[in-house]
Amino acid sequence: MAKNAWPSADKRSLIGKRISRLDGPVKSTGRAKYAYDISRPGMIYARLLWAPYGSAKVVSIDTSAATQIKGVVGAWPEMKDGDEVRFAGQVVASLAATSEEIAHEALKSIKVVYEVQTPQMNDVLLEKAETKEQRDEIPDAATVDKTFNEAEVKIEGHYGAAAITHCCMEAHGQVAEYRDNAMYIWPSTQNVSAYAAGLADAAGMPASQIHVDCQYMGGGFGSKFDSDQWGAICTRIAKETGKPVKLMLERDHELMAAGARPSAFANVRAGASKDGRITVWDSTAWGSGGMGGSRALGVPYIFGNIPNIRRVSRSVRTNRGSQRPWRAPGHPQSCLVTMAALEDLAAAAGVDSLEFFLKNLDYTERPDVYREELRIAADLIGYKDKAHPRGDSTPGPLKRGLGISLHTWGGAGHKSESTVTINPDGSASVNIGTQDLGSGTRTVVGIVVAETLGLPLENVQVNIGRNEYPASGASGGSTTVGGVSTSTRDAATAALNALFEKVAPALGVGADQLEAWQGSIHVVGDASKSMPWVKACSLLGQIPVTGKGSKPASDGTQLDNSGVGGVQMADVTVDIETGRVTINEFVAVQDCGLIVDLKTAESQVYGAMIMGVTYALYEESIYDPVTGRMLNADMEFYKLAGLADVGTLKVHMMTGPGYDERGVIGLGEPPVISPGAAISNAVANACGVRVPTIPLTPNRVLAALEQGGKLA
Amino acid sequence: MNAFEYAQPATLDEAQALLTSASGPVAVLAGGTDLLTAMKQGIVNPARVVSLKSIEELRGIEVSSDAVRIGAMTTLSELAAHPDVARLYPCLVTAIKGIGSPQIANMGTVGGDLCQHPRCWYYRNGFGLFGMNNGASLVLEGDNRYHAIFGNDGPAKFVNVSSLAPGLIALDATFNVRGADKQMRDIPAADFFKTPSAPEESLTSLAAGEVLTHITIPAAQTRNATYEVRERHGLDWPLVTASVAYTDAGGSAQNVRVVLGHVAPTPWVVDAAAKTLEGKAIDEAAAAACGTSAVADAKPLSMNGYKVQLAKVAVKRALLAAAG
Repeated sequence: MAKNAWPSADKRSLIGKRISRLDGPVKSTGRAKYAYDISRPGMIYARLLWAPYGSAKVVSIDTSAATQIKGVVGAWPEMKDGDEVRFAGQVVASLAATSEEIAHEALKSIKVVYEVQTPQMNDVLLEKAETKEQRDEIPDAATVDKTFNEAEVKIEGHYGAAAITHCCMEAHGQVAEYRDNAMYIWPSTQNVSAYAAGLADAAGMPASQIHVDCQYMGGGFGSKFDSDQWGAICTRIAKETGKPVKLMLERDHELMAAGARPSAFANVRAGASKDGRITVWDSTAWGSGGMGGSRALGVPYIFGNIPNIRRVSRSVRTNRGSQRPWRAPGHPQSCLVTMAALEDLAAAAGVDSLEFFLKNLDYTERPDVYREELRIAADLIGYKDKAHPRGDSTPGPLKRGLGISLHTWGGAGHKSESTVTINPDGSASVNIGTQDLGSGTRTVVGIVVAETLGLPLENVQVNIGRNEYPASGASGGSTTVGGVSTSTRDAATAALNALFEKVAPALGVGADQLEAWQGSIHVVGDASKSMPWVKACSLLGQIPVTGKGSKPASDGTQLDNSGVGGVQMADVTVDIETGRVTINEFVAVQDCGLIVDLKTAESQVYGAMIMGVTYALYEESIYDPVTGRMLNADMEFYKLAGLADVGTLKVHMMTGPGYDERGVIGLGEPPVISPGAAISNAVANACGVRVPTIPLTPNRVLAALEQGGKLA
Repeated sequence: MNAFEYAQPATLDEAQALLTSASGPVAVLAGGTDLLTAMKQGIVNPARVVSLKSIEELRGIEVSSDAVRIGAMTTLSELAAHPDVARLYPCLVTAIKGIGSPQIANMGTVGGDLCQHPRCWYYRNGFGLFGMNNGASLVLEGDNRYHAIFGNDGPAKFVNVSSLAPGLIALDATFNVRGADKQMRDIPAADFFKTPSAPEESLTSLAAGEVLTHITIPAAQTRNATYEVRERHGLDWPLVTASVAYTDAGGSAQNVRVVLGHVAPTPWVVDAAAKTLEGKAIDEAAAAACGTSAVADAKPLSMNGYKVQLAKVAVKRALLAAAG
């Protein structure tokens, strides 16, 4: 009888190995069809007109001229007269035409009259922010003040991160087609199984008649959980016109309206003993995620057991597109504020940063894991040889420095269901309503099934991305791998046990004495008794067997877990005459329990580090304070890191005893949390001053150097 | 973009006839790396687009004993790869490499680089060449981190973004233009660029129907270099560039030219600073002093004071790079 529990290390043929992703070839050759690539017979193109003001009242919308243009199928107001525009990028009207070009041009013929108002755009200066609400406070004023005042070493600093946007390579959008009293949708989504629910009203039919198909994704990062207003508009137009409709956001609209990570700023006071033992944390934090404000900053990050803590968080409302969860929501900002302040404290105490963090690890939840990871990261980056006290004393304008950061995440699996079918010809398939954001989910699902059945990976057909498959959770919060690996292990085990029932009589043993291993079914403990897989499957006769699986697993076995730790170290060079930062080396050490595919796991970390260099050094949503328009809603001045920018990346995954037996844990979020903090700390170590806010662009670095009296 | 006529003539005569006979606005298409974006953004709306791609006489590089003559339709990659250009004018090669994109260097042309529209984000977002809103300058009131620190007294606060212009001015190049009447005229490189005082005014001294056909650079041996500061290491616009050229007369500098890019609505010639180096050896102290002198008259806006520091450093480093 096959068991759900993960196989021991000596029984793993695929799990934990470096396996190339199943869809690598179709993606790299362009054969993979993304939502953008879907083309249907007679398809028309929808485009959205958005408000160009951060704050305004709609006086009137006139679509009549646009509908007269040749090729325009229809134009529709999406706001009413008198409605309030709350951010530049808010959808005002929609239009569909027979070509993308006509649709794009015809938008200009929709006449909208606005009563323009002054937008609230400031999130940097708390005292000048017009709207703020208190989000949380942990008052212990007397003790905190006393501890701070009596601390042997103390710092007071300002830290922060500018608002950024998700900037998915593939914009939000979908194709919708109404035929045979059903709606067919090809979206770009992180949430295949639940996507139809949001479209039922627009489609005028129950979700059961809405078919969703998303095989490939060009990035989501937390911004693609919902079908969104544009999904509903696209669906409505498809129903109304009877024609297939494609509606993908244009790049400027994508950056303004379809993603946003809240800004975060904090004034921090912290104290320590002169040998580097933290005694007190006191912070006032604020930030803005647009009209929805933002949630409280989770500081002090990781070091939550510091004895004296007071924190206040305020939320600033601004006329920007609302925040969406951005890969590890809140963590990168909280991590930056905490690690930067603590690093400043270490520098003030004159204690080496690595020693300082080691000395205070008992204030974290997993000190042993961090200790081991810090040791490995230090070895990988050559800490002992490169470390120096704050401020590189080497002559000349190029200053080199090291920075450290630590992070955590949950990563337990979401709810998930799947089915695994074994056919009489020996082939096997898995159906699961999950999605592959580019993280390797398709491959992981295949590996779990193949490992369970003792088959090569190529013998398993993996079917994902459709809502007719068993429902699986949204891919967010690093919940996917724990969910899908549990449900597919459970389903494959059930299917295998059904097969064992057929095979057991032929081998003259009970089904509970069988195991599947390397293309055969064996009797446990008796190597002479086995049957090749294909022959065994032929005993099924005409009928395939299908096993159903779920997360939580049907027999209650826990195959996933939660809670990871990671350490990152950056080695940078700062040109103190130009303020330019160069990444030399960047190291990530990460645990995530039992790794299903080491290669795609490492790829996740590499991708996160590149994304992290981007937000640490370049990325920033820049808004005009007068009109409220996003000024860099393009990929020219909204700057993403390229290969020339990221330096040498080194990834080390924690595996083996102590890690593997914890079960599968998600990895999407954790490695993107520390880069801003590690790089900011490295810059401070290099040039001798803290650059308070990221991104660490030359203007910010030079301003900090000037303020610190270090400008050459 | 609007519907437009497209013409791809084989001769300059035909091209210029097409440019002058149009009933609406015309645009000249070279490599298209700027024009196509500007048309998609709706900031350039030509009724007719005249491509110069098929005009053979506008391509290629001729080297004689006293000058190098570069066709305006020569691509930036071709220019950077030419051995005589690499030998005589490293400041141009560095400027082209600084673009950080082989694709743009392969498509972009010398003439197109010199005739680009500004990248000012207010302009590109539809607020006009000067970024005005209800009679007020959005550049002054808003985010001007990438705007001009020189020559910004008038309504133009954008920066000229040509990669080659500072180097060509430093090298005393001449721009050869052909009028609608088929007559050639020569414009010193520094005089080619204009700061408009009204949004309809031209950014260059090209008259209607005139085409920039060639660039002629003296072949005299100079020491020259470009230094650029940009945010990203890969494809990115520079924050500031400096191109310098001088004649090395036995260890002392003569005919020193120092030209800044991305700091003003035109390439910015800092002759006064250059003069401080006449007859001197270029060393760290002299180069640094020249950098300081070069930015003495800078007038930064609310958010771009850091560009003054960058300009100072770029001048110093370009001089030291030229001195070798």
